[in-house]
Order: sequence, then C-alpha cells, then structure tokens
Amino acid sequence: MSGSKIMNSKELAKIRSCFPQLSGELAYLDNAATTFKPCCVIDEMNEFYRKNNANARRGLYELSVKASLDYEKAREKVASFIGADKHEIIFTRGATESLNLIAMGLNYEGGDIYVGNAEHHSNLLPWRNLARNYSSEIKNIEISDNQYVPPIISDNAKIVAISGYSNVIGELSGIEKIITDAHKYGAIVILDATQMIVHKNIDVHDLDVDFLVFSGHKIYGPMGIGVLYGKYEYLEKLKPVFFGGEMVDEVSEDNYELSEIPYRFEAGTMNIAGAIGLSSALDFLEQNNLEKLHGHELALADHARNAISNIPEFHLLPSKGSIVSFTHDFIHPHDIAQYLGDNGIAVRAGYHCAQPLHIKLSKKPSTRISFSFYNSMEEVDLLLQKLRQISLAFGGF
Amino acid sequence: MYNEILLDKNSHSLYRGRLSDFTKEIKLKNASCGDEISVYLKIEDNKIIDGSFNGIGCAISQASTDIMLGAIIGKSIKEAEEICKTFLDTFINEPKNLCKLGEAAALEGVSHMPARTKCATLPWQIFKS
Repeated sequence: MSGSKIMNSKELAKIRSCFPQLSGELAYLDNAATTFKPCCVIDEMNEFYRKNNANARRGLYELSVKASLDYEKAREKVASFIGADKHEIIFTRGATESLNLIAMGLNYEGGDIYVGNAEHHSNLLPWRNLARNYSSEIKNIEISDNQYVPPIISDNAKIVAISGYSNVIGELSGIEKIITDAHKYGAIVILDATQMIVHKNIDVHDLDVDFLVFSGHKIYGPMGIGVLYGKYEYLEKLKPVFFGGEMVDEVSEDNYELSEIPYRFEAGTMNIAGAIGLSSALDFLEQNNLEKLHGHELALADHARNAISNIPEFHLLPSKGSIVSFTHDFIHPHDIAQYLGDNGIAVRAGYHCAQPLHIKLSKKPSTRISFSFYNSMEEVDLLLQKLRQISLAFGGF
Repeated sequence: MYNEILLDKNSHSLYRGRLSDFTKEIKLKNASCGDEISVYLKIEDNKIIDGSFNGIGCAISQASTDIMLGAIIGKSIKEAEEICKTFLDTFINEPKNLCKLGEAAALEGVSHMPARTKCATLPWQIFKS
C-alpha cells in the first residue's frame, strides 16, 4: 500500500463531485457499512432499466442478447479486477450469500475448521453451523495487534476461513502464512475480502486463496450483488445449493444435467442491473489513481486515530488502515452515534456483527468510524470537535 | 431526542444501585446493543415496596429504567403490570399519548427512532420475563 497522503482540495473536489449524495451536509463516516455510489453506477443501472431491460441467457431477440453480453462483460470485469478467470466468478446477492453457498456446497464430512478471531458473523456463523451439523470443532485463529498469530494447523484441518481486513479493527497482516500453512495440510482457504478489496489491490493468484468473496455495495457498487470467486478445480467439486431455471442443461423425467460452471451456480433470474452497476463501480476505481485514493483515506484515519488517542475518556481498539473503533469511559456507543448523528455525522455503533471480537478486545460494544477516499479533513475535524464536546453533553466533566 | 430529563435521569438516577433487602431480581438483556440491566424489587404482600437497578446500557435504556421504577414503586404487582403494559402499548402504537403517562413523556422523542425502540422498551418488559 502507498503511504498516507491527503489529496489536495482540487483533486478531492473532483472525486466528491462524482457522488451525488455528497452534495448535502452529512459527514458520512460509515463507509464500512455501505459506500455511496458514483453517478456512473447510478446512470448505468438507470440505462439498463430505461432502455436495456431484458432477461439474460434466455431470449433470442436483440435486447436479450445485449443483456446477456452486458452481464458477461460485468463478469469479465470482476474477474480482471481480482486477477481471476471469468469462469471462476459467480454472482450472488452479497458476501453473506457467497459464504453460505460455499459452506453448504463443499463436500465437507467433518474435520477441523479454523476461523479468524476478527471475523464478521457472516464468515463465522456458516462455519459454526457446518461444524454443528458434523459435531466438529471450530478453532480460532488469534490476532494480536492486527497481526495473525499462525495457528498450529492439525492434520485434520479441512477449512480455513479468514479475512484480510476486519470491519472493526481494519487491516490484518499475516494472511499469506496462514494460507501457505493451510495448504500444506490440504485445507481449503476461504477469504472474506469484503472490506479488504475496498482498500487494497487483490490478486487471487498471488494470494493463492481457494475461494474469495465480497459484496458490491461496499465497493461503490449497488446493493444486492456480490461475488463468489473459486478456483476452477474447486468450483468443479462445489455442489449447487439453489436449483431452478438456467442452471441445468437438460431435465429428463427422472434426472437432470447441470450447466457448465459458473452457470450451474446461478439459478433463476440474476441481478443483471446489479452486475452492470458493480462493473461500472470497478471501472470508476480503475479510472482513478487507486494508490492515491487509498493513501488519502489512510491519512484521514491516521489523523483521527491520533487525535482520539489524546482525548482521555476515549479508548481506541487496536486498529490499522481506514477503520477506527473506540469505546468511552461512560457513554454508550449508541449514545455517541446518536449524538453525532444529531450533529450531522454518520458513524456506526454496537458490535458491528463481530461480537466475539468485541468480547475479546473490549468486553463491550464500540463506536466505529470508517473512511472512504471521498471524505475530507474538514469532516474529520468536525467529528473530533463533537467527540471533545460529548462528555460534557452527557453529564461528565 | 436527548432532552434534559433523560440526560438527568441517566447521569443522576434516583434508583441506581442494588437494594440490600430485595426479594426479586429480574435480569434484562438486549444482546445486540450490549445492554444488561438487573432490576431489584422488594415485594411484600404483592406490593412493590422499593426498587432499584444496576447495569450497563445507553442513556435511553438507563433513563427509561429509572422512569419505570418511579412509576411502579408503591404499586401492587397487578397495578405495576398494568402500568408497564400501558407504557408498551402507548410507546409502540400511540406515542403521542405518552404525554399522559407522567415522566414517561420524556421518551416520546425516542419513539420516532426505530433503532432505539428496544432501548426504551427493555425495562418495561420486566413482567414478561
């Protein structure tokens, strides 16, 4: 990753002008929940529903052919964005669906499942559910100061599910060794890249992960579209979970023949507009200098982290990268988030769907601020000003 | 939303602490927020003689617990159950009428925030557990 550096005001203004929702007064610092969408995404989806709406891979008329081509172009775009082959990309509703499809589709018949300690519930509960069904064991992979502590992987290891970027404490180092160790023992590695892909360039071959998932709406694309990447040889072994239209080649009276990969995993009408919107979001990112964008959001986060660490009542959770989480001596995070919300600042409060991590780190819920490249130093300063006032507002000193 | 009554009841609650001679302890939990409240009641002859609470939670849940205790102490169990039921019905279905329920009127602003409903209603569910 590049060093942290604030964009100049002209560059920032140009970026911000691409996002219609930034024209208001709200300081939106909840980007790990979902990001705003650039005009190009909204326009492309609008265009699809105004002019190009048709079902893909079904009709023999020009409009349907165009929908099919555009949908497949979106698949190619996603593939090239993460260094995959287009046949290895399956569209889903989002990362949660992708992870559940993997958990339900693997030919798992027991064995140890290793899960990172900072996982979002979406990369924990599908594995817990699987483990419960087979009475097998979930083993935690510990994290210390945003660094994975490589576990001693057993001969019985079958699945390793981790992420490279937590939605609470940000960037996590050391996934490479976990992946290498897991493969030594023949375990399958699943990477939840939902947060990571927003802040870091990803190449699935360099990482050598077996499966990788992310959601469109967190990377400036639309809601309701997500990605499941799998190495082709693993997709060949994965069982489809959903059955229905267009995922079979032939249906006889008592049998059926699955379609080729990836179509066998895309039953029913897919979210074509969503795929087109996601493709447009990835185009938008590629047309900008990603290193510069990442450096800007990191500089904002570092500034916020440093300033918050100097306010005595606040306690930072250990964090790196563009996400900063903290607790307060006596004010509940919901009150902090509501107070900030009343003052035009959007943040997140609670466990952020990562309760086990909170139990380990702080034993209580936290307030989270998460940056995008379209945020400004003025927004950070407004946040800091309000945080300095909050203790007094809630009857403190 | 954070009116002075709520902020005052949060930071200077009359009923915070653990009664030394309580006869019933009720634990309330809102797992998704991390709210955990223990309500202590001293009950004699089906009457709530005294009450207090301990716990962690947001200002809304803490203030609402204080208001709830103020409303039920001195009442019979049956009356207290009715008071809590009336509050929950009013808060959820007719929040405009909260102004008729004494100090509970301070929670009217919260009724417009779906994400905070659980915080405000949690303590009034003591008879449901």
